Amino acid sequence: MSAPIDPPSAAPVRRAGRGRAREVVGELLRRPRALFGLAVIVLLVLAAILAPWIMPHDPFEQSFDGLDLMGAPLPPGGEHPLGTDLLGRDLASRLILGTRTSLIIGVVANGIAVILGAGVGITAGYAGGWTAAILMRFTDLMMAFPALLLAIVLAAIFQPSLMIVALVIAMVNWVQMSRVIYTETRSLAEREFIQVQRAIGSGPLRILGRHLLPHLLSSIIVFGTLGISTTVLLEATLSYLGVGVQPPVPSWGNIIFENQTYFSTAPWLVFFPGLLIVLLALAFNLVGDALRDILDPTLKGRH
Amino acid sequence: MTGYLVRRLLESALILLGITFVTFVLLYMVPADPARQIAGRSATAATVANIRDQLGLNDPLLVQYGRYLAGLLQGDMGRSYLQRAEVSTLIAARLPASLMLMVTAIVTELVIGLTIGVVAALRRNRAADHSLMIFSFVAISAPQFVIGILLLYVFAVQLGWFPIGGYGTPAHFVLPSITLGLLGAGWYSRMMRSSMIEVLGQDLVRTARAKGLSRLRIVTRHVMPNAILPIIAMIGIDIGLFMSGIVVVESVFGWPGIGQLAWQAIQRVDIPVIMGVTMVSATAIVLGNLLADLVAPLIDPRIKTK
Repeated sequence: MSAPIDPPSAAPVRRAGRGRAREVVGELLRRPRALFGLAVIVLLVLAAILAPWIMPHDPFEQSFDGLDLMGAPLPPGGEHPLGTDLLGRDLASRLILGTRTSLIIGVVANGIAVILGAGVGITAGYAGGWTAAILMRFTDLMMAFPALLLAIVLAAIFQPSLMIVALVIAMVNWVQMSRVIYTETRSLAEREFIQVQRAIGSGPLRILGRHLLPHLLSSIIVFGTLGISTTVLLEATLSYLGVGVQPPVPSWGNIIFENQTYFSTAPWLVFFPGLLIVLLALAFNLVGDALRDILDPTLKGRH
Repeated sequence: MTGYLVRRLLESALILLGITFVTFVLLYMVPADPARQIAGRSATAATVANIRDQLGLNDPLLVQYGRYLAGLLQGDMGRSYLQRAEVSTLIAARLPASLMLMVTAIVTELVIGLTIGVVAALRRNRAADHSLMIFSFVAISAPQFVIGILLLYVFAVQLGWFPIGGYGTPAHFVLPSITLGLLGAGWYSRMMRSSMIEVLGQDLVRTARAKGLSRLRIVTRHVMPNAILPIIAMIGIDIGLFMSGIVVVESVFGWPGIGQLAWQAIQRVDIPVIMGVTMVSATAIVLGNLLADLVAPLIDPRIKTK
């Protein structure tokens, strides 16, 4: 009688744990671009949390002194550091509160998209056969949809509240993740250590949780980070078109939407919110890109 | 190859069929009543009911869908609820403007993207490389409406170099093309950079250098043609990005294309027009992806066409 054979385990990843996480963070901090991205994210998260204390004015107050004698918005400086909007509200305060909107949508919408995308991808990749055929054909279908049109139509059907906007964005954005995870799961499922687990009769949930997920974690983290950037941009665009977050709740996109008629005389009303949108999206793109370099140098592609 | 082509064509047709169904069901759920909109505010309930009946809006969903599909197969996309015209006529009138904008945008993104990619690769890890890559990151992180409005402010309002929007002369094309093409330029510059770096490390470069060719000649004759090929294969996929982009860019610049048509139709719940534009966009995306899949094996024979 020979000793039972130890199933080959997912050695490189199982060793992972907290040590690996610290290693990755250390590596991120050594890269100037990623460091800049992290700094922007930390600053904006702090601004969102501390909003009630750091806003110079009430963001909803249509102050009488907030417009000049001709009824036009005030330029940056003095009482209003970034100027006022067309209703005489303090722009800096509205932007700070808008940070909350962007981050909440970014996290919630992207969270749903990641769970949905990874779920569909893993299920299709592991199950194979008909399940995979149906799920992946559906993914193909969603990929061929003009994303923005779909989002606008969805937003028009449901009265857009913050959560509906997040859901709409998630419905459009999960596809990318599911494609990536499907391809990876399929190649993992054919590898020896998974075959062995199947052969010794491990249940599918155990295989998924203990053996597949740790290997997929890198991709999920990388594409999850990059996805926040896509989400932030889509929210801004929907809000700019008037079908996203609805005023008076401030979002960087709807601030531009509300004030765009003034852009030739009051460009700061487009410039400052625009700058913040770019900074936040840029930050997550930089961090996501660095994570991809660190976690999996073989990952390539456009997204 | 023929078998592969037939299979991919069938798949594409199925995907388009799926898209007609999903779009139809979504639009069926829109809470607005088209009959009430056509009739106007002062119409009596009887008139509205009459119009509903005429449009067949009282029929079950599947009957309505079947009717739509039957029409679509004969090239009939229905009539606009709000403009007295066939949807196909409306789209045909607007399509040239959008297509021309897309062509100039593709040229813009290739020129900007490939140039940046080549320069960055040749100056790898130096200051020029770092600044160009930061530019690329900004390009893929900036929403198109922000770029469009800022370009308008600087180059049209302040400097007066270009018109503030509209359509007609070559000058009208400049700002919208840059706005639409910048995102792709960001992606292409990064792909071109890594593609160049990969080719620069290959044996053919060493051989060329051993032959005593000049650096310029090596780069232009040997490295760039090899590096560009995998990128050309991606252009088909861009069509998807453009189809979302034109809705925004055309609305910022007042461009009379199908993006603006779609946007106006969505605001007025003109369902046949929304359906029509969605179908045209989806068809373009599917064809673009198909093109990319067909071009890839021609460029890189290692990709199998199974």
